[in-house]
Amino acid sequence: MFDIRELYQEVIVDHNRNPRNFGKLEDANKTLDGYNPLCGDKLTLYIKTNNNTIEDISFDGSGCAISVASASLMTDIMKGRKLDEAEALFNKFHHLITSDEELDITELGKLAALAGVKDYPARVKCASLCWHTLHSVIQGDAAPVSTE
Amino acid sequence: MPKNSFDVDRARADFPVLQQTVHGKPLIYLDNAATSQKPAAVIEILDRYYLEYNSNIHRGVHHLSQVATEAYESARENIRRYINAHSTKEIIFVRGATEGINLVAQTFARSHIKAGDEILITEMEHHSNIVPWQILAEQTGAILKYIPINDAGELDLEKIDALLTDKTKLLALVHISNALGTINPIEMLIEKAHDIGAKVLIDGAQAVPHTRINVIELDCDFYVLSGHKLFGPTGIGVLYGKQALLEAMPPYQGGGDMIKMVTMEKTMYNDLPHKFEAGTPHIAGVIGLGAAIDYIELIDFEGAIQHEHDLLNYANELADKTKGMNLVGTAKNKTSILSFTLDGIHPHDIGTIMDNEGIAIRAGHHCAMPVMERFQIPATARASFAFYNSFSDVDALFNGIEKCREVFG
Repeated sequence: MFDIRELYQEVIVDHNRNPRNFGKLEDANKTLDGYNPLCGDKLTLYIKTNNNTIEDISFDGSGCAISVASASLMTDIMKGRKLDEAEALFNKFHHLITSDEELDITELGKLAALAGVKDYPARVKCASLCWHTLHSVIQGDAAPVSTE
Repeated sequence: MPKNSFDVDRARADFPVLQQTVHGKPLIYLDNAATSQKPAAVIEILDRYYLEYNSNIHRGVHHLSQVATEAYESARENIRRYINAHSTKEIIFVRGATEGINLVAQTFARSHIKAGDEILITEMEHHSNIVPWQILAEQTGAILKYIPINDAGELDLEKIDALLTDKTKLLALVHISNALGTINPIEMLIEKAHDIGAKVLIDGAQAVPHTRINVIELDCDFYVLSGHKLFGPTGIGVLYGKQALLEAMPPYQGGGDMIKMVTMEKTMYNDLPHKFEAGTPHIAGVIGLGAAIDYIELIDFEGAIQHEHDLLNYANELADKTKGMNLVGTAKNKTSILSFTLDGIHPHDIGTIMDNEGIAIRAGHHCAMPVMERFQIPATARASFAFYNSFSDVDALFNGIEKCREVFG
């Protein structure tokens, strides 16, 4: 049996209740929608990039605690990052929530709170929706991202 | 905790899957609207088919084929009797309610409906009773119209007279809503549709486990159901159609078993019901569904329906006392489905926390996105009860809700 608190850690409950970087970014130069048709989670990422750097980033939309907290924590960590750094974090985060292999997660900071997701396979897509959306923005995709 | 005279312990003992723990806790299965559990009698008959007489039906001269054919056709008679159809010619086996609706759309409707004709459905339909009509509308130029629903999740009956016009060729609606639990007044609607010359299809997927069906009394033209919601196997369902309509309809799929004679130039189609059953069917599924009906006829089904009502009433009572719990679907005439949201907690999180307590509920749009749009919510959590659920299962649900509150503080 899993302790449900392993999934819903304080950090996640807090970021769900008070999501950081929530709301439209007026001077964004990149915007993309992400959608999880399975549970209806929808979010929009707003990114302002300059010189291959994420100068500012925000999101809005609706979703479960896992998806909202993940987007809140992700946008926090992404501010000021170079795009290739962002991609490296994407890979690391993906590893964190899907793999049992040990890895150094100090770089992920508070995002480590989402590690519990890997014990709940049905919820991995909730945590990764915003990340896939960001990844698509960086790759230059224009089509909305769907987890299916 | 309330009490009634229904012997729920005895009913539970018939369902092997219920005798297990999930995440270390006794399984509380409250996802019956998605699929029901299967009694041992159904599981055993599936076993017996594959162990003792697996063979193809209708064409074999050998012993096994004859045993299988008899079992298959006697299941058809079970279903005829259960829904009180005139003849087994009116009982067509399909994969499920969804395929039944698609069949009617692509045969009856496609050959009868022209550009500008109207198909009337409702805002509370499952996607299975929306998308086939959207496809048909695109193919034919017909117009799809919706009967709206009110805040309680009931059909807005005042709008019906304006929506049912001489252009309406078909009314297709759900008997009991899977997302809201609403029981629709289909008798009255069938009569109204017939008054203006429209045909009526009833989606009974959610209704058959909760109510007696009598297609002659209803006088509906088509009625579809899914075996897996009726304690039978998945992948098997029934389309009932009035014989005269089925006779006049072109076939759905071509293939073996649906023909009398094939030459290189043309084909003579088989008689009903085989005309609509091309290819080797889901033989085990049909036999299993027949066994499910035998099972229902053995138990105290009227008592079971009353027990489900009692469960719903008890759940409603507890819901009234639960702060921040909002019921979605509060129709006066309702079956044992409790769709709800909790303030500040997303239904998907409710689903996960419940699962951790051993409680299986549904979270999502329940394949009824227009219903979610109507109530302006992305999703609901849904607990749906069957007769093998107990009052203590209802208590467990509300303890689960408490647990959600604890986690989210």
